[in-house]
Amino acid sequence: MLKIGNHEFSSRLLLGTGKYQDFDIQKEAVDVSGTEILTFSVRRMNIFEASQPNFLENLDVSKYTLLPNTAGAKTANEAVRIAKLAKASGLCDMIKVEVIGCQKTLLPDPLETLKASEELLKEGFIVLPYTSDDVLLARRLEELGCHAIMPGASPIGSGQGIINRLNLSFIIEQTSVPVIVDAGIGTPSDAAVAMEMGAAGVLLNTAVSGAKDPVKMARAMRLAIEAGRLGFEAGRIPKKRYATASSPLEGMSIS
Amino acid sequence: MLLTVNGDQVEVPNTVKTIAELLQHFEMHHKVVIVEKNAEILEKAEHTATLISDKDKIELVHFVGGG
Repeated sequence: MLKIGNHEFSSRLLLGTGKYQDFDIQKEAVDVSGTEILTFSVRRMNIFEASQPNFLENLDVSKYTLLPNTAGAKTANEAVRIAKLAKASGLCDMIKVEVIGCQKTLLPDPLETLKASEELLKEGFIVLPYTSDDVLLARRLEELGCHAIMPGASPIGSGQGIINRLNLSFIIEQTSVPVIVDAGIGTPSDAAVAMEMGAAGVLLNTAVSGAKDPVKMARAMRLAIEAGRLGFEAGRIPKKRYATASSPLEGMSIS
Repeated sequence: MLLTVNGDQVEVPNTVKTIAELLQHFEMHHKVVIVEKNAEILEKAEHTATLISDKDKIELVHFVGGG
């Protein structure tokens, strides 16, 4: 079970809801992925086109735990405001803190992320900060009381997979709250590697929504995350420099 | 009555007196809408009792797809 704050989940895949070509494909991908946590953003409504359908209306939201993000925030204050807006919906108490410090790389601003997380913890939110793969920053966020730490594998939407496995392994080793690898996952094998390394979960969006067949990719990600987790729990064999035979060396009549 | 809604100047009839009525006016009362009035975030339960007046700044936000 994945435990985040007072929530418990059997799926370890957290799925984003951005950039699907249509709501029906999105719904099917969400179903097939087995996810129990959906992320989304908070934006101004178009008051002149209020009748436009919204993605939430196409999903049975009672089946999912909603994890709004603070995407769009460049400062801690903006992130806190977005988080409070999301909570005022009465639909969620978790928040993905996302404070982007650079529009080209979409890398998070570590200081503003820390500040926003601290403030939102005081306000009683269940706080999941999206952070760079900085080992000490992850420690500071955990010390603040964050309920999960979400280091990026590589820049958002880049599909580059896990760029710094060493840092990620340090973060996983030292952290006692769930570590969820968020952003940059491109393939099922990327997700499986994160899980084999001991991550508690994977958050992804573009890898599924941008795939040629998002529904098939959603299933692939589900299986990869399950496989990776099982592999982690089973415990891998140590790597050796030379071969060790799988077949017995005794009792051979051939030689 | 002249309001600023999501940054736009909007004229609404004077029969619209509360936040709940404003949402009805924009035909968004069945949707998940979060309301901020003059930089103060309102809980859903407050929509019916919260009065609006000329020159109020209203923000209407909702959830959109994101990761």
